[in-house]
Amino acid sequence: MSSTISAPTSSQEPGGAPSGFEADRTAGSLGETVRAYVDRVRGGDLGALPAILGIVALGLLFFALRPETFLTPRNMANLADQAAPIIILAMGLVFILLLGEIDLSAGVVSGVCAAVMAKLLADAGAPWYVSVAAAIVTGVVIGLFTGSLVGMIGIPSFVVTLALFLGWQGFTLRLIGEGGTVPVRDPVISAISDRNVPVALGWVLALVVIAVYAAVQLNRFRVLRGRGLAHAPLPVVLVRIGVIAAVVVLVTAVLSVDRAPAVGVVLAGIPYAIPLVVLLLLLLTFVLGRTSFGRHVYAVGGNAEAARRAGINVTRIRVAVFVIGSTLAAISGIVAAARLGSVAPGSGGGNTLLYAVGAAVIGGTSLFGGRGRVRDAVLGGLVVAIIANGLGLLGTEAYLNFIITGGVLLLAASVDALARRRAAATGH
Amino acid sequence: MTVPQADEGTPILELRGVTKSFGAIQVLHGVDLKVFPGQVTALVGDNGAGKSTLIKAIAGIHAIDGGQILFQGNPVSVTGPRDSAALGIEVVYQDLALADNLDVVQNMFLGRERKRGMLLDEASMEASARDTLAKLSVRTLKSVRQLVSSLSGGQRQTVAIAKAVLWESKVVILDEPTAALGVAQTRQVLDLVRRLADTGHAVLFITHNMVDVFEVSDRVAALYLGRMAADVPISQVDRPQVIELITAGRSGNLGIAPAEVAAVEV
Repeated sequence: MSSTISAPTSSQEPGGAPSGFEADRTAGSLGETVRAYVDRVRGGDLGALPAILGIVALGLLFFALRPETFLTPRNMANLADQAAPIIILAMGLVFILLLGEIDLSAGVVSGVCAAVMAKLLADAGAPWYVSVAAAIVTGVVIGLFTGSLVGMIGIPSFVVTLALFLGWQGFTLRLIGEGGTVPVRDPVISAISDRNVPVALGWVLALVVIAVYAAVQLNRFRVLRGRGLAHAPLPVVLVRIGVIAAVVVLVTAVLSVDRAPAVGVVLAGIPYAIPLVVLLLLLLTFVLGRTSFGRHVYAVGGNAEAARRAGINVTRIRVAVFVIGSTLAAISGIVAAARLGSVAPGSGGGNTLLYAVGAAVIGGTSLFGGRGRVRDAVLGGLVVAIIANGLGLLGTEAYLNFIITGGVLLLAASVDALARRRAAATGH
Repeated sequence: MTVPQADEGTPILELRGVTKSFGAIQVLHGVDLKVFPGQVTALVGDNGAGKSTLIKAIAGIHAIDGGQILFQGNPVSVTGPRDSAALGIEVVYQDLALADNLDVVQNMFLGRERKRGMLLDEASMEASARDTLAKLSVRTLKSVRQLVSSLSGGQRQTVAIAKAVLWESKVVILDEPTAALGVAQTRQVLDLVRRLADTGHAVLFITHNMVDVFEVSDRVAALYLGRMAADVPISQVDRPQVIELITAGRSGNLGIAPAEVAAVEV
């Protein structure tokens, strides 16, 4: 035997406390948590900050410019309808961006799926649920196809989806026919954007959401503290609950005001698009945060080689995120079709994809993979929708709309790239 | 080929006459190696000597062409990483294979998450991760919920090693764990390597650093151009001899026969 080292020598790093894991044992005060957050932000991990600042700043800007129209309940309901398809498409893109991949065809895929639905409704007279199911199945199949090309054959997603961006537009054109539009008049589908949750039910739903959120948060706090595991301090948990509750109550209150343009008609309540978005937000957040599939998506995005060596089937994850992306694109296409009341050959083209990618990135999802959450799509989607909505109210000319929206996307991508550099420099 | 050795009990892992070629190039020529539980075996050799190929053969990443791998005295077939993992062989590669965007617990359980129904069982994973780190007397981590991107090189190495130990592993193979570390961090990792052996693991420790070899190893195995020049207890060799074994394939009465060395060098 050779020189056996006496186990715990005085080999700690300077400043390393002797016990270890001290940050996990102590609950941490509110001040410490705030300081840790400030450190994180300065270290380049901006989280939801840019999106929230964007929502507030743009809200104030358009309120100042159009005080009589922008912050009205009617425009807020309109904003929600406008934001919903962008947000849903962006939710799918979050999964794809988490792997550091891109789906440039997501927008036109939403168009193809909407066209499938519209054709079934209008020409075949199929009931709404058959048409919606067909649209979603179309999305799944398209996602399998894209994902296989990327994951199994190994073509860069940029090239695959650029090719499909063109290809699927041709597909929509063939389905609908040159210059045609297919109306979507099914009452159930139109209800997504035209109808509102009854005011009383809206309030019940709002309170249920708040109560469930608070219960989940408090229960997790209790369990973690009970078992002596890492947890946020109670005041932070309470502030989180308070903020969510305030936002939910505010939105419900604004949308519960009668916003009918004419006297004698009542138009109030939360547009159905909002519960749909909230439902998807909860479901997908659960998938990403609480299941091993979600964990593996982050791992593949952070270090695909590490994931492969850990026994994760990287190809399967790659294909799966494209399936999720295209499925959400299908839902987004349905919501957009409900809002517009028709599907045209150009549906899902134009700036649809740009808006959605912009939404995800503005919300805090990294284009480099490994960082992002489903809520980023919601926050970023609101920013993008506020810009589109506000510029519409200002009556800006089309050319300026393009320039401003493009500029915002560039700005978001720059923030992402700079944050990443900063993170690399500070070791966060 | 190798000199006769004193019997030291049953090796947990033994290679007998392992050969491996990549196309026309033969990288391993009948390599013998014994790894014992509770001992640190240093695997040394110059660049291109076949160290990486050898550990990849043990890990199942490269299937061997000839020879035998014995685990606890029984011949086993290792044809994939899952085979070696099932035997209890864990490899910590030089690039560590940690996901920067996940925290310590998430990395340690990556690919083998504990679940409760559909949900990840975070609480149980966090507790086990902390237990394992505590068993290895790791004291340098502030929180097991830190992102790996915020850790120093030594801390990352620690996490990678702890990850390997978490799985009831019997053999831990470390590929140059101190290569990129400073003095204090090298110290930490060497202590950890020693503790791994003291907790009953068989450790195969690849290194270029002679100081490390003599600091923590019980045995030293020297590869020379794909041949095992010596696999001996550390007490039988001194530093100049090990260096000679690495650079020339033989030293004194140890190593490859002179005729063979000449043949190799032609």
